Amino acid sequence: MNKALLEIAYLIASITFVFGLKLMGNPKSARKGNLIAAGGMTVAILGTLIFHDQPVSPVIYAVILAAIALGTVGGWLTAKKVAMTKMPELVSLFNGMGGACAALISIIEYPNLKEQPGALIAVLAGLVIGTVSFTGSMVAFAKLNGSLNKAIRLPSYNIINTAMMLVVIGLAAMMVISGSFNTSMMLYVLLALAAVYGILFVIPIGGADMPVVISLLNSFTGLAAASGGFLYDNKAMLTGGILVGSAGTLLTIVMCEAMNRPLSNVIFGAFGGGSGGGSGASEGGTVKDIQVSDLAVLMNYSRKVVIVPGYGLAVAQAQHVIHEIELLLESRGVEVKYAIHPVAGRMPGHMNVLLAESNVEYDKLVEMEDINPEFATTDVVLIVGANDVVNPAAKTDPSSPIYGMPILEVEQASHVIVNKRSMNAGYAGIDNPLFYSTKTSMLFGDAKSALTALANELKSL
Amino acid sequence: MEVITTFLSEHINLIYFIILSVFVGVEVIGHVPTVIHTPLMSGANAIHGVVIVGALYVMLHLQPDDIAGMIVGFLAVLLGTLNVVGGFVVTDRMLEMFKKKK
Repeated sequence: MNKALLEIAYLIASITFVFGLKLMGNPKSARKGNLIAAGGMTVAILGTLIFHDQPVSPVIYAVILAAIALGTVGGWLTAKKVAMTKMPELVSLFNGMGGACAALISIIEYPNLKEQPGALIAVLAGLVIGTVSFTGSMVAFAKLNGSLNKAIRLPSYNIINTAMMLVVIGLAAMMVISGSFNTSMMLYVLLALAAVYGILFVIPIGGADMPVVISLLNSFTGLAAASGGFLYDNKAMLTGGILVGSAGTLLTIVMCEAMNRPLSNVIFGAFGGGSGGGSGASEGGTVKDIQVSDLAVLMNYSRKVVIVPGYGLAVAQAQHVIHEIELLLESRGVEVKYAIHPVAGRMPGHMNVLLAESNVEYDKLVEMEDINPEFATTDVVLIVGANDVVNPAAKTDPSSPIYGMPILEVEQASHVIVNKRSMNAGYAGIDNPLFYSTKTSMLFGDAKSALTALANELKSL
Repeated sequence: MEVITTFLSEHINLIYFIILSVFVGVEVIGHVPTVIHTPLMSGANAIHGVVIVGALYVMLHLQPDDIAGMIVGFLAVLLGTLNVVGGFVVTDRMLEMFKKKK
């Protein structure tokens, strides 16, 4: 009886995962989808605890409930407290937790299952994939966090990484095939190698590509969960894991397409490589700067202003000020729009979330394909904390590392104003010829203080 | 060779299950607009937290005197819960932003 109820609980969970993920694909129903999947997850967890067949010591129940209580409070508070700008880091962190969980399961189960080849494969797969996902996610977290902001490349890192991967797979295969390798000692060696591989896998990849990496690691964790499902013949784990594995892989590819770069390019020859990164830096040239008062006058008497927000805007917490400027300009009869590059911010859709937080209207956010034809009729483009997404080198310079990435074609507008803290290169670490264009004026300073000054000037006009 | 064929025939249902699930995953994501990529990734992230069910399994089958297993199991359940709860809550927070714009 209990067994049947447990199966039904897993069936419900599996259906909610598929259905929830489907609903999440549409902005209108997304929130409902998330809640449905969360409900299914609760059913699966409660079902496992309640409908368990054998008698279980109360000590074990106490430990389980303590862990769940601690995790719920910790996860809830972290997710609620963290600033919207930190979302990508957080997703990466939670992803790593899932990977580590899968690896720990394998560590406990190994001694019990080492004699059964089928189960052993699932145990080792869960260990390796979970560990790679964990250490990789932690590196991605550190990179997005800024504590590790440079792509670190060992010499010929591609060869080292590939060799490392082959060693990990080879050792796992040996453990399955040969009894003499099938020892706890080797399990820990495998664990250590997988951990190192996870670090090596992510560390050479530039910060701008982290969303793609997180998405990929996300699907890895899905596979680790699925191998657990295989191990226990648990359908909820299998559906959830494989669903995320395949959907995550597809999502990763779609993200790469938004940047017009193949996935292999992200992993094996990412941004800021020795050749491409250096060549742009020599371009140089003179830059003009503009005073806030002059800019206020210029914008006040424009017909159409397009704002290009980037991650710098979010970091400076300037999304509310920019909304104030938008309202001021509109009250003077200026048409204002926001141009949203697909990868503005640190993740696709990230900028939409941030601007929505400060009550910017949804239909003012225009996507790249729709806004590009409009730049020719735009008087002023105000770029705040964005760099690579407006870099014309992506169109004109085949040696540039971002060559081929679709950009916002701001240089067609009459005036381009760039707000930046300094002349430092963008996240991808490359120079931007737009800054030296005769149409371009620089407004140096922190986004929040510069824009607040601009808003005050506008008010006084 | 024989090992492989026995393995396949023993697990054939699971293998069908896995292959069909892959197709479902690909179909479900289909053509999603860019704006929804981040929340979608975050939602998928929460769903793979189902790995916690495995951690619970491990715990429920432990002997009460297996202290080492208990410590590792505790960690596994804790991490899994963080993944599930944090993942769903953070996704909900992101999606809340989408709802407001009307």
